[in-house]
Parts: sequence; structure tokens; C-alpha cells
Amino acid sequence: MDKRKEIFPHGIPGHNLGEIEREIPNDEPPAWPINDKLKVVGKRIRRNDALAKVTGSAKYTSDIQLPGMLYAKMLRANVPHAKILSIDTSKAERHPGVRAVHVFTSDDEGSKYQDVKYAGQPLAGVAADSLDIAKEAVALIEVEYETMPFVIDTEEAMKEGAPLVYEEPIGEQTDGGDVGVTHDGSEGKGNLRGPTTSSFLGGARGDLDQGFSEADVILDRTYRTQVHTHVPLETHGVVIDWKPDQMTVYASTQSTKGVRDGLASYFDLPKNKVRVICEFMGGGFGAKHSAGTFGPMAAELSRKSGRPVWLMLDRKEEHIAEGNRPNSIHHLKIGAKKDGTLTAIQQKSHGTAGVALGAGVGRIAQGLYTCPNFSTEQYDVLTHAGPGAAWRAPGNVQGAYGLEQAIDEIADMLKTDPLVLREKIDPSEVRKVLRQRGAKSFGWKYRPPGSDTGRIKKGIGVAQSTWPRFVNLDSTVEVKMYSDGTVEVRSGVQDIGTGTKTILAQVVAEELGLKAEDITVRIGDTIFPDAPGSGGSIVTGAITPPARNAAYLVKQKLFNQVAPQLETEPSMLTVSDGMIMHKEDASKKISMRDALRRMRTGQIEASASRSDDYGGFQQPWGLAYGDLGSVQFAEVSVDTETGFVKVERITAAHSCGRPLNISQIESQVNGGVIQGVSYALYESRVMDNKTGHMMNANVDQYRMPYAKEIPDIDIVLVEEYSARSSTDAYGIGEPANIATAAAVANAVYNAIGVRLYEIPMTPASILKALNKVEQ
Amino acid sequence: MEENEKKKAKTSLSRRGFLKGAGLTTAGTVMVNSGLLAFDGKFGPPKGESYGPDAVRVSMKVNGIIRDIICEPRTTLASALRDHMGLTGTKVVCDRGSCSACTVYLDGKPVNSCMTMAMDVGDQEVTTIEGISKNGELHPVQEAFIEHDASQCGYCTPGMIMSCVHLVENKKNPTLEDVKHATRGNLCRCGTYPHVFKATLDAAKKMK
Ligand code: FES
Ligand code: FES
Repeated sequence: MDKRKEIFPHGIPGHNLGEIEREIPNDEPPAWPINDKLKVVGKRIRRNDALAKVTGSAKYTSDIQLPGMLYAKMLRANVPHAKILSIDTSKAERHPGVRAVHVFTSDDEGSKYQDVKYAGQPLAGVAADSLDIAKEAVALIEVEYETMPFVIDTEEAMKEGAPLVYEEPIGEQTDGGDVGVTHDGSEGKGNLRGPTTSSFLGGARGDLDQGFSEADVILDRTYRTQVHTHVPLETHGVVIDWKPDQMTVYASTQSTKGVRDGLASYFDLPKNKVRVICEFMGGGFGAKHSAGTFGPMAAELSRKSGRPVWLMLDRKEEHIAEGNRPNSIHHLKIGAKKDGTLTAIQQKSHGTAGVALGAGVGRIAQGLYTCPNFSTEQYDVLTHAGPGAAWRAPGNVQGAYGLEQAIDEIADMLKTDPLVLREKIDPSEVRKVLRQRGAKSFGWKYRPPGSDTGRIKKGIGVAQSTWPRFVNLDSTVEVKMYSDGTVEVRSGVQDIGTGTKTILAQVVAEELGLKAEDITVRIGDTIFPDAPGSGGSIVTGAITPPARNAAYLVKQKLFNQVAPQLETEPSMLTVSDGMIMHKEDASKKISMRDALRRMRTGQIEASASRSDDYGGFQQPWGLAYGDLGSVQFAEVSVDTETGFVKVERITAAHSCGRPLNISQIESQVNGGVIQGVSYALYESRVMDNKTGHMMNANVDQYRMPYAKEIPDIDIVLVEEYSARSSTDAYGIGEPANIATAAAVANAVYNAIGVRLYEIPMTPASILKALNKVEQ
Repeated sequence: MEENEKKKAKTSLSRRGFLKGAGLTTAGTVMVNSGLLAFDGKFGPPKGESYGPDAVRVSMKVNGIIRDIICEPRTTLASALRDHMGLTGTKVVCDRGSCSACTVYLDGKPVNSCMTMAMDVGDQEVTTIEGISKNGELHPVQEAFIEHDASQCGYCTPGMIMSCVHLVENKKNPTLEDVKHATRGNLCRCGTYPHVFKATLDAAKKMK
């Protein structure tokens, strides 16, 4: 590919903004200036799907109603570990209104069943004329179990002789993003798998003994986090209409492509015979990337009945079977010199993702601070509980909760302001600016732990995070311009509430000199070009450069047609405010509308993907240079009589490259912070170790913050230009969530002078820490 | 207003109370109890008769239009709206009265439609999210939700808007605390609350 050189803005405005020359492919556009000089990008642009959302006309998967549609319900195991001797569906089949029944089997004859490994594992399903009928029919299915011993508690499961979840080695599984490597499920003893000792950032480094011998202070602590579930307001589910020529799937998903590929491979269908549509989806937070078991079930029921089948899970099923953030028992030993320099970090962790893998603590301890000597051992512990799934910055939220409290405690041992300590050990330039601007906005003035007097004690805390910039190169966008002046953007990418649909319009509008509302965006459908799943904060960095590139190419096509009419060269043309004009001769111009009307064809289009990052990747598969940093500050008040903690305010200082839509970024940061507060103080999956059932599988006993628990959130957004792609923009979904729980924990410590090493910090645990109740 | 609310609370029936009262298991008959149900014969079946388990005709006024549906007596108002009338703006999230996603108005007062039986609506007027904008004109709260980016995934949004519209229509100059109180039962997992608060206060200001 032919290349050319271009000058790009580089650095942080107000800090070190400069320029840099990059070599870029010829079919990608020249650099945009910084946001200040742009018209649509970097502004507060209204969401282009907001009208549908506020009027109730937005159709989510759960709202899809097709002619002749049946409603389905799955039967789930009510014991945590068992062999299934028989499943008798005859009564269910005879129940009036039932149209199809399907049983999951593990052999072709349909007489063998997979062993039950957790209470809630799907076994069979019924499609009927109404959901109530389907529920009745499911209750009529008779299952004969041969129950077996099981283990729910993580530490019990680690013991020798504990009931085994898997007798035989399990295959490789990816880890849902927690450390960024693939676990080998065959390694390990008993219910233990692992350890994972490296990530894509590398493995152990230096010499730990040497490091600890150089340390003036050594901290040795264990941090514990709970299992928490995603609770998207719209549950997992699909509506599937399997016709002979095509399987049409409406899916509440973070990845139209993932669901298509999953179902195509499950049923051995060509990819083009499966069409997946997701126009609106009600939240996922990491758990909705695949077709799950409900997808194949709905497809089977649709095939058997010849009718479309609606299969959305209920709230309880969502909690028990569709993902959770694994817990962690996270051991950190850290050495530091008097001046704060870290000399060694030794990390070891255990956690359970139930019957799945992926319970690590991420790369935070490995990558956030400068430390020459490091090692990690991260173990998965299998238990008879529902499978974990990626959950906003998987692994790293648990990891940050431990590491950022440890750093706080080291600052305390060294009698220094924890913000000052971070200044010393954090090599990141952008986080330096985040600390400065964040501290100023928050009004950070360090005060010694426990120094507030009175019954209600206030405290402040700070914590940081890092998240990689991932880029998925399988990202394509098509831009079409019609002779009636309309512009359409098409991509398979889905908008999970983050605002992807709107930023695509902004990027294309900026490139074409139009307004965001001039652009129609059609996404969330696999008939359009492939795009990545919405996970890992990948989408913005992956899909907006192709959108801009495609708009640039279609603009060139239009210039080629317009140039002769204006008696000039295409290269002399530019766009602005709906006009195409000569760069030097203001009299030579034509409105975009007229230019399109005069086209030789009714439409012109171009599709584009994106090149490797300008300057290349850190890892060839798409690990970009730089990171997505955050520094979050928290103020809490703790009632020392009731143990009640209130998070008063949070200042969240963030960077995500070139910000595209300020209000949408703020929305996502608010969400990440609120989920972090919830993780720190409220939510926890409660399992009954005696029965293996989840005890709080609803939204009232599974506690989450509502309006009255919401702190004031102040957001400091730092623009950072690194000249890596045609938009230089990145996501913010994960970074928003990583540091909050640790910042809150540090603030609680600062308030009461006693540190809790476990979340959620409930009133009971606070009172215990204060010695106000019996241990 | 307060007095009115109390009266309604007595006469309208929660699903759980209803099921308990009628001694039902899963799909049995429903006893229309004259002391509890507000049927006046204009809409729905007359008092004192027992219904079900087969489907019956239920009429109610929704967003100003009289709707007739055939549904089983155990049908909740949420299901009647969504599954029988195609009014899917109303969302069902918890199906047990703890998230307010299914909020609609009965005679102008917010209720959880998942906890209200369709047959229990009687002659009370139902307003859903689809009935909030009038003649194609958005309500100021809807405008403000768009302006302040007060929905992310948007699944909680209909319920949120019902709570916020009710507040601004019934209270002049609401404070932040008032908005928090009005939305105290609305769960938003995306954490859009700060923008909901801003939007509602802004809408209230513009309505003055
Ligand atoms: S769905 Fe009715 S309150 Fe949750
Ligand atoms: S916007 Fe997603 S739940 Fe509120």
C-alpha cells in the first residue's frame, strides 16, 4: 500500500501539546486538528437514538413480537451436582398450548445427558402459546437425578478431597479478558487450575528476593472481593425465526458477529444463513457476547415448531446462569524504599468463576507502577456454581481493589500523602495530568487517617487504573451517499447503550462537512459489514477510524465527479457546512446536495476498514501503544454508630485519547463509578453452601444503589493525542469502573483509621472493624 | 392528594395480596371480589363473579383509547400492555415490584404494572410511556432527557420518565432531593442517575 507522510497533533493540550509526523496509508485521510478546531467531533451531540428511547418506541429484543410467535421457557437443574438418569417430557408435551419441547442431550440418540454441574444449568425447554403456559409445561417435566456431592465455597473447593467439578481435564478456555491469556484447563490439581504467571505484558521479571532485601518497608496483605452479577435490566435472550432459507435471530447482545458465528457453528450452517439483529439492547456489561445455551434452545424450538420463538430469561435465571464477576482472594507482598520506590511485588490469587475459568486479578499489579521485580500466580478454583463472564474490566477491578489499597497502606507506612507517593512511582505522563487536574477539581488536601472527630467521620481516598488500548482490525464500515442528499452509515457493530451509533454519525459528519443529524446510522445487523463485539473498550478505537476512512473515500469519489464541473482538480476541493468548495478560490463551490443530485448514479458508496495503528502496534494482534488511564478521588462519610457508609462525592479524572462525544463519555463514567460504588458497598451474590442455590437472585435482596445512594460525580476529562489512527479515539467503558472500589475503600480507611480488606463494606463489617460488635 | 393516594392504595390491589386473597396456586380461577375491585360494570366483568382459568374479555382505557383484550385472569397489567396490546415501551425487569421499570399511571398516579392485575384496572385510566407525548409533542421531561443524555441503554428510561413526569406535573420548583425521592424506586444499572437528576430539574425549570 502506498504511503505518505502527515503531521498530527501529539500530546495533551495545556500540558505538552506538540506535533508528530506519521506515515499513513494513502487511502486514509489527513490528520484532524485537536477537538477545539472541529465542529461535530468532541462536542455534546445528542444521541441519535434518544427519541426512540424516551418515547418507548425503541424495540429491544424482549419487545419483538412476530406473527405466530411462541414463548419459551427453559427447565433448569435444581441440584448443583448430579447425573441425570432420565428426563420425561411426555406430560409437558400433552399440556394444552405447548408447541415444541427440546431436551439438551450429549449423544445423537438423545438418551444421554450432560452431568449437572451447577444449580440452574439448563436441561430442556418448552415453546408454547404463552409464557404462562410454557412455565406450566416446564414444571411438568420430570427429571430423575442421581445427586452427587458438591462444593460452593472457594476455600473449601481448594482443599484436598473436595468434590470435583470436573473429573477429567477440561479443554482450553479463554479467560474472559482477566489477564489476557488463554488458560490451559488441563493444568492443575483437584479443583485448582493454573497458575497463570504471565500476560501479554510479559511474565515474571527481576529477582524478588533481591527486591525484598532492598526494601525499607514490606507490606503483606490479603484482599477479598465478592462474586457479583451483571444485572443488565434487559436479561439475556433471543427471538429466533428459523426459516428454511435463513435463521433470523433478534438478540440482546454485545456482539452480533459473535452470536452469528456461534449459532452457525453450533448448527453447522454457513454464516450467511444466520442473520443476527440487535437494534436496541438493555445492558450487558460484558456478559452478552455469545448465543449462550438459550440461543441453541430457541433455535431448536423454532425448528421443531416452525414458528418464531421468544426466549428471554427471567431475573432469577439471569443471576444464576448468565455470568458474574468471580470473587478473589488476592495476596500481595510489596516492598518499598523510604523514598517510595517500589522494589518488589509478589502476587498470588485464587478466585472462582464457578464451572468456568477466568477468575484472575488482571494486570494492574504488573503494569501500573514502576517496579523491577515482579511475579504473579493466579489460580482458578472450580466450584459448583454458575459460570463467570467478562464484567467491565474483568480481573482488573479485583486487582485494583487490592493493589491500590496496598499502595495507600505503603504511603501510610512511609507517612506520606498517597497522591505524592503515586507521583513518585507512576511513570505515566497522562496520569500525571489526571492527578493534577483531578486533585485540583476535587480539592484534595490529605489528612491523616482517622483524624476526623465525632460520630460521623469523613474521609478521602484516591486510586488509579490502567487499561490497555485494544484494537480489533476486523472492523468495517460502509458509507453511502444518495442522490437525494441523504447519507447512510452501515456496520454490523451494535450500540449497547454506550453511544456507538452517535459517534459514527459524528465522525462521518465531520469528514463530510455535515451535521450529525444529517447522517442515518444503520447498525446492529450482520447483513452489514463485520465489526467487533462491544467489550474491552475496543469499539471506539476499532470502528471509528473505518467510518472516517470510508467517508473520506466516498468524498473522494464525489470530488472526482464534481471537479470537472468546477473546472479544477479533485485534490483542490474541500467540504465545510454542507458545501463543496475550492480550497483557494471561494467562488468555486457547490452545495453537497446539488453535487449529489448531479451524480451519474443514484448512489455512491465506499467501505473501509483500518490499517494497523500509525507507528504500529505494541503486539501485532492489536495491542496499541499507550493506555487508558484514570485517577479517581472519593469522599465518604461513615456513621460509626450504625456502620453506614455514604459515598458523598467522586471526582473521576479520565483520558480516552480524542474524546468524541462529551456527554456520552460522562454518562459512561457516571455508570462506571456508580457500579464501582455498588461493588464497594452493596452488591454480593449470596450462595447457600448447603443447597448450592443463590439466595438473592432478584433485585431487592441483591442490593444495588438507587437514586438516594448516588454520590455527586465530578468528571475531569483530559484530551490526549497520540496520532495512532484517523480518529485517535478510544473507549472508556472499562477504565470508568476500575479504580472506584479501591478509592472508596481508601476513603473509608481515611475516615475511620481502620482498614477493611474485604468488600462489600457493609454496616456489619464496618462495626466489626470498629470493634463495636463481637468478632 | 395525600388523602386520595391513601384511598387508592386501599382499593387497588397488589398481585401478591390478590393471589393470597383468592387462594390461588398457579392458574386457577380468580374471584372478583366486590369489596376489592373497582369494576363499575362499564369496563370489565361485573362484581362478585368468578373467572378463569380460561381467558376472559377485559376492557380498559389506555392513553385515551378504549382497548379490549382477551386474556387469562392471571394476566398482569404489564403483560396486558406488552403482550396483548403491543405497548412494549413499558418494561418488565424484576416482575416483583422492586425496580419501577414497569411504571404506568392509573388515573394519573404511578403504579408498578407488574404488580397490578389487568382485571383490577377497572375504570381507572391507564397512561403508559407511549401516552406521555401529546400530538407528537414531547413532554419537557422527554426533551430534557434527550438534551442531558439521560439514557444509556435506555431500558430503565420509560419507567424513569414516568416517575419524573409525575413529579414535575405535581410539584412546582422541585429540588434535587425531590427528584431523588421521585425516582427512589427506579433501578438503572447503567448508572445514568446524575443525568436523570439534571434533566428533570431542567425540565421543571422550563415548565415554569
Ligand atoms: S418490573 Fe415491575 S417493579 Fe420491576
Ligand atoms: S440506562 Fe441502562 S438501565 Fe438505565
